[in-house]
Amino acid sequence: MEGSQALAEAAVQAGCRFYAGYPITPSTEILEYMSVRLPQVGGVCMNAESEIEAIGMVWGAAGCGVRAMTASTGQGISLMQESFAELANAQIPVVVVNMCRGQGDYFQSTRGGGHGDYRFIVLSPSSAQEAADLTMQAFYLAEKWRNPVMIMGDFLLSHTSELVEFRPLDEASLPPKTWATTGAKGRKAITLSPLGPSEKLSTNVAAALANVIGKHPDIKDQEVRCDAGLLDDAELVVVAFGFPGRFVKYAVRLAREEGLRVGYIRPISLWPFPSEIVAHAAQRAKAVAVFELNAGQMIEDVQLAVLGRAPVISIGGISHDHSGFGVGPMLNVEYILQRICDVYPRRAMTA
Amino acid sequence: MTKTVASDQSSVISGQSSVTGPEGREPPTDHWSLITDHSLQKVFDKPGLLLTTSHNLCPGCGEPVALRTILELIQEMELRDRTICVCGIGCYTAFPGIIDIDVQQALHGRAPSVATGVKRVLPDSFVFTLQGDGDMVSEGLQEVIHTAARGEKVTAVLLNNGVFGETGGHMTTTSVIGQHTKTSVGGRSVEKHGHPIQISELLAPLDGVAYVARGAMHTAAAIKWTKQCLRDAFQSQLDGKGFSLVEILTMCPTDWFVAPEAGPGWLEDKLKATYPLRVIKAS
Repeated sequence: MEGSQALAEAAVQAGCRFYAGYPITPSTEILEYMSVRLPQVGGVCMNAESEIEAIGMVWGAAGCGVRAMTASTGQGISLMQESFAELANAQIPVVVVNMCRGQGDYFQSTRGGGHGDYRFIVLSPSSAQEAADLTMQAFYLAEKWRNPVMIMGDFLLSHTSELVEFRPLDEASLPPKTWATTGAKGRKAITLSPLGPSEKLSTNVAAALANVIGKHPDIKDQEVRCDAGLLDDAELVVVAFGFPGRFVKYAVRLAREEGLRVGYIRPISLWPFPSEIVAHAAQRAKAVAVFELNAGQMIEDVQLAVLGRAPVISIGGISHDHSGFGVGPMLNVEYILQRICDVYPRRAMTA
Repeated sequence: MTKTVASDQSSVISGQSSVTGPEGREPPTDHWSLITDHSLQKVFDKPGLLLTTSHNLCPGCGEPVALRTILELIQEMELRDRTICVCGIGCYTAFPGIIDIDVQQALHGRAPSVATGVKRVLPDSFVFTLQGDGDMVSEGLQEVIHTAARGEKVTAVLLNNGVFGETGGHMTTTSVIGQHTKTSVGGRSVEKHGHPIQISELLAPLDGVAYVARGAMHTAAAIKWTKQCLRDAFQSQLDGKGFSLVEILTMCPTDWFVAPEAGPGWLEDKLKATYPLRVIKAS
């Protein structure tokens, strides 16, 4: 299956029963898949009239306790930012897919353009299998923390066909959805709001908002996900995420064959960022390189983690094909290997 | 709601606040429990779905009257247990916390999309939106048009006072020609600000729309008539006929810059001239 289809099917198997989306390359295939697949399981797929309306519909459905998802691409995600901030404040567990062009939407995904103190948990798969696994985790994490979760993919992930196995999670530990608006039959009525508490007649707005951000440290403690290797003796550590992270892993192996002591770190959770793992590796390495297909975004998180323990060098850059959507010339193992050799701390090696 | 007829027909007791006794006697000023004349009976009370006896809006505001009318109907039609209100952003955003109904608080202009998501996953629920003119007709025009065109089985309630009340008196899309606001000082002019939008007439022709009416909250007769419009709109949703809209003209004396008691007259003379009260579509 293509990564997009794997992701969509995983969502359905994780219990997603509502999807609303607006077509935009390279996320459109998820909408196409859902429009056929969701009605087969009694779900609803809405071909929304704009991204703003798509996220609004997902908001309403998720607020009723139904698992709901939307997907778009950087530009469309920009239009949804107002709702993202308030979905986090209302603690509504939506899942959002940001199928980027290149990797220029790292800031958008991990910081967002919305207002206030909100955070999204951001997961970044590098294969169709991982897209399926992380999608199932996304729904689980969204409900576990009552916080939106974003999956950040890219053109190659969306359009590469690979074998996929679907492995639903054991979700017995999830709490009941007492926050869902379902009509107040047999219970007290509630308000599901980004502006304040759910209890009627309560005016404790500050406590409600404190509750929203109070879980951030716990998420940072518990939900870091990372793929790392060859770090024990590494002189140079290369950090890369998403599908390009897979290319980097391969290039690092080739560098090892040439005798260079290089290791890799592939953050899977972009927020929370695997800062401790990066910091630990930087303690021993002579340098840290960052490969990302943008002007330098994740490198700031790497620098914050390294905290001056080693020089941090960008070996990526903006790279697009002629369409602006697809794979650019830098996403090439030979190119990445060359860049690794260029920045490898040779003086240290010969010393 | 208690609705018994008093032995003395002139006795009207409003909520828990004041009592007008027969023959102009000085009434007790504070509380129902102080009344010792047991020939008096309670004939009028707040709807049970209203959790307080007060609101935070201005004296003379029409929005609490509209809320009360809606709550009365939900109670009379026994819809509480399956009702989900989707509330927009305006002065009426003070309401979700004081009503005994499940509410989703939406962002400014976005209530129709949120309501769509709610109704699509809970098709047996009763869903209505509460939006002001700034929310629905200015910020959220696209949302309400698409929701109406799709024929979503929800009821949109528009509280139209022709002004941004919550921000303190600024021009909205529905401010009438000549209306003085803080952003149309000297009066809204066609030259400078363009024409107001009559959203009810705009939406009614769409095939997905089952019911559209415009009422008002400025006289007892108008309230009674508007309540019937709301009932018909709610019923059309329950019958699965499609999208329904009830536009309710409400007083905003504070941001019309008139005294509270002058609000109903201003509505009658100025707002109603642009927005006539009528059933625009019923099917």
